[in-house]
Amino acid sequence: MSSGEVTDRSIPSAGRSPSDSDLGPRPRKVVITGISGRFGRIVARRLHHELGWQIVGLDRRPMSGRPKDIELHQVDLRSKKARDVFRAGDVDALVHLGVMHDPRARPAEIYSWNITGTTKLLEYCAAYRVPKVVLLSSANVYGPRPDNPQFLTEDAPLLAAQRFPEMRDLVEIDHLLSTFLWRARETETVILRPVHIVGPVHNAPSNYLRIPRPPTLLGFDPMVQLVHVEDVADAIALALAPGRRGIYNITGPGEVPLSAVLGELGREPRLIPHPLAKPVLSFAFRLGISSFPVAELDFIRYVCMVDGRRAAAELGFRPRHGLRETIHAVDDPA
Amino acid sequence: MGLVDRLRQLRAKVPEDDLEGRTQALVVHGNEFGFDPFGLSKQNLKYAITVARWMYRHYFRAQAFGIENVPATGRVILVSNHSGQLPFDGLVIASACFLEPRQPRLVRAMVEFFVPTVPFASYLFSRWGQITGTPENCRRLLSAEEAVLVFPEGARGISKPFNKRYQLADFGKGFLRLALETGAPIVPVAVIGAEEQAPAINVKPLAKLLGMPAFPVVPYPPFIAPLPLPVKYRVYFGEALRFSGDPDDDDEVLDDKVKTVKNRIQSMIHLGLREREHVFW
Repeated sequence: MSSGEVTDRSIPSAGRSPSDSDLGPRPRKVVITGISGRFGRIVARRLHHELGWQIVGLDRRPMSGRPKDIELHQVDLRSKKARDVFRAGDVDALVHLGVMHDPRARPAEIYSWNITGTTKLLEYCAAYRVPKVVLLSSANVYGPRPDNPQFLTEDAPLLAAQRFPEMRDLVEIDHLLSTFLWRARETETVILRPVHIVGPVHNAPSNYLRIPRPPTLLGFDPMVQLVHVEDVADAIALALAPGRRGIYNITGPGEVPLSAVLGELGREPRLIPHPLAKPVLSFAFRLGISSFPVAELDFIRYVCMVDGRRAAAELGFRPRHGLRETIHAVDDPA
Repeated sequence: MGLVDRLRQLRAKVPEDDLEGRTQALVVHGNEFGFDPFGLSKQNLKYAITVARWMYRHYFRAQAFGIENVPATGRVILVSNHSGQLPFDGLVIASACFLEPRQPRLVRAMVEFFVPTVPFASYLFSRWGQITGTPENCRRLLSAEEAVLVFPEGARGISKPFNKRYQLADFGKGFLRLALETGAPIVPVAVIGAEEQAPAINVKPLAKLLGMPAFPVVPYPPFIAPLPLPVKYRVYFGEALRFSGDPDDDDEVLDDKVKTVKNRIQSMIHLGLREREHVFW
């Protein structure tokens, strides 16, 4: 099996307390928010098929092609019904992927969904003693800045919202979870901050790399880090293992300039002088010609790279996909 | 020697340099795309070196002394005086370390934070191995056994007016903390010539108005020193200094060690000035 190593690490045979094994093998139950997205489905598949978790999905959207043995609750995270999922007290872990990041939705609605939703989830986890919480945050929370060190460690301040307030949700959710990490000592909280996730998913970096003629800034070509979506699923599986808690940057197979990534994919960049980029792209965005969110302009201008050594040392995380493989993953069929 | 002889001397032969071979001999920790973690690529470096070599050999007719003091491998911090309005002293030091020793070394200078905001410079500097000057970057490079060039005078040094030439400005202490922390030896470097490449006076009100550390004006068109005068550069590499102690000591404790480095560079400057016969020859 391809992920043999991961499996061994994630489910030590005597991982649970003795009382559980006395009751006979009960599959461990994980609640996954945002399961209906493509990324959510990849994570669910990994945890379910390869690691034998019992999956409960929480999402407002329906999940197409849902296997029968995956339970889905189509509810709003903020509603009372979401609480019912936890009420029985048999949830072993929460994997929070349901951070909404839709540049076309109303900012107030996104904010309420993200902040209130996450707060509620943490409330349930504390009330019903969920032993493990994993948040999929992002390395973007550090923010691309000209004075960034080449590799940011987990202790760096989260400055993403400084120039683009649109990024504040991401930062605030990360802060919510890190407060929870220190406050709720009975719960093992893991915050994963992966670099740009690429693969057959609909997130900002993958969408950007699929544009045949993506906009780039004239005279800027920052180094970027990409990580394969399957490798992130691995990282989540590793984070679910008992005993792991903390904040981890998740890095991919290496660093390359943005131009090399676009070159490898055969894209022809559309060069825009940077003083014009903001007005031009926000106009095009409003007209619907471009789907490039202006808030992410600095990601194609400055470096925002992270140091993944802590995840390698403490989680035992290693990306399984090489650099070329990772770059080409954006064109993989879903 | 008359002026004619001097000018004839300008056309004298310069040593041939095997740029291709030297580039290949450089130790670069590149990935399958040929980029190191800081964005350096040998492919891009070749062009920069061609220009740098022309500046070094033909324009500045630079001479390097004591290049054997730069270790061929292993971590090292080069500490130099800084002057001349534009950082050609960095270019000359880097060229010397690339062209003069038997085993070429790539020197990685710490550049100012505004450089990543300037179009083209933003990525070209990193393709050529120059890095944003944060202590984290420096630490990472030193632990990867690279050579790092530091100008502890920083902006105070490069923009100093002509009447302060060859007088060292205040030294920052960061380089010494890094040396203590990483156990890297410090090679003191004295650059002679850069002070005269753009003899400038500092227009303080303008600097304040523009929010710049200094606004140097040169007394000849176009008055703002885009191109240096063709001065002759002399670069002195001193014997490596090794320090031991606690990198987290108070500034006062470190002061003595910083002063040792500063005095060493100052005396190398004096020696260089005594040896030089003319600014341009």
